[in-house]
Amino acid sequence: MTSIAPERLADVFVEVADTLVTDFDLIEFLQTVTTRAAELVDASAAGLLLGDHRGQLHFMAASDERTKLLELFQVQSREGPCLDAFRDGAPVVNSELDNGSQRWPQFAPRAVAAGFRAVHAFPLRLRGETIGALNLFGTEGGRMEPADVHVIQALADVATIGILQERAVRRAEVVAEQLQGALNSRVAIEQAKGALAQIHGIDVDTAFERLRSYARNHHLRLSELAHTIIDDPDSAPELTTA
Amino acid sequence: MRDRMGSVAQVQALIENESLSDGEEAGTVSWLRRLCGAASRALPASGAGISLMVDGDSMGVVAAASDGSSRVLEELQFTLGEGPCMDAHSSRRPVLASDLRHTDSMRWPVYSPAAFDQGVRAVFAFPLQMGAARLGVLDVYRDRVGPLSADALSQALTFAEVAVSTLLAGQESGPDDFADTHLGDALEYRSVLYQAQGMVMIQLGVSLEEAIVRLRAHAYAHDRSLGEVTRDVVERRLTLERDEP
Repeated sequence: MTSIAPERLADVFVEVADTLVTDFDLIEFLQTVTTRAAELVDASAAGLLLGDHRGQLHFMAASDERTKLLELFQVQSREGPCLDAFRDGAPVVNSELDNGSQRWPQFAPRAVAAGFRAVHAFPLRLRGETIGALNLFGTEGGRMEPADVHVIQALADVATIGILQERAVRRAEVVAEQLQGALNSRVAIEQAKGALAQIHGIDVDTAFERLRSYARNHHLRLSELAHTIIDDPDSAPELTTA
Repeated sequence: MRDRMGSVAQVQALIENESLSDGEEAGTVSWLRRLCGAASRALPASGAGISLMVDGDSMGVVAAASDGSSRVLEELQFTLGEGPCMDAHSSRRPVLASDLRHTDSMRWPVYSPAAFDQGVRAVFAFPLQMGAARLGVLDVYRDRVGPLSADALSQALTFAEVAVSTLLAGQESGPDDFADTHLGDALEYRSVLYQAQGMVMIQLGVSLEEAIVRLRAHAYAHDRSLGEVTRDVVERRLTLERDEP
């Protein structure tokens, strides 16, 4: 049995579906998915990676964006449960990190050093196509219930449908356009984090928090705000004045 | 998944195979011209062009084209004030218009018929950018209707990546510098590279484009990897000085 209350589950799926309005922001959508995935199964953190045109995984969004975690997501462009789930199109669950250094010699020791005991990865797939992976980290050992595995895979499937939704109704090009746009927005967010860190003499994690809360308080998209403060810092003086 | 790890090297080889024209000097401009030629041969397409865009403005300057009629097409959208190139620049995404006569005719009511008259049936515009740094657009023209295949799309995106590297490498350094650019294999440290770029932009009061050039110049001058230098910048062990090489 799953430990997740049915009402909670229904709410999450409705919320995720509700984000998929016309011209939604892919990065914000993926932030919602990762945050809710982590909450549903009491994971410490969840992150999401998408493959680019070369099949190279890129970090896109996480429930928690501390630098330590960012590195754990990014190292998986080379090896780790996300890369395995992405390549094989199958979930990688209940991997014991303590014994994982043979399978993932670079990833596992780093994840353990960051305080994690368990890691899970779910492919984002639709009809034979895998476009990325959803990653969950836990500080407790112990196995993920089969019912919970099912729920998280279902959430990953909904995310995939969300990303690819326009493919069926419009044109294949739209997916490529949106994905490329989101990959580039992610770069701009990192650049904006660096700029804010330098302006205020703070670390990049704190810079991200400021960026995110400013976006929320002003009902701006995170990616648009990142582009804006670099193009024209004066447009958000509360954020960009030291 | 699609495994195309080698495609940057493959695209560079395709560009190198394009010969210099008579009297053409080796340099950024001729490299971009050969890039357009290689792209139109490889994808394949009827032509390709690169325009450099002025930020916050929908005006551009044609930097290179595979042939005379592609150069005319590049200029056409600036003359008419609309087109896929300008949309790709402003939306910061590729604009893939695979049927100018039908599905895409309403997107650009002036441009589409004009391009159609020049024999163009499909246009694919790829922004040349690195996060918030926007340099220009690579336009690929086809004389037949239809989308790019997945392989051609991937290759076109790689041509765009190589064009970005060329533009950021500046006049001084040649295309051999690619190994140490953001296209290198240190994917896991990418976020640090972009963060350092933002920090140096503020430290030196320069553009993002200039910031990455300065970071690379520092790494080169001190015989260190770009990854080490950017990490030191983000962790505040290193501050670039204005008068550094």
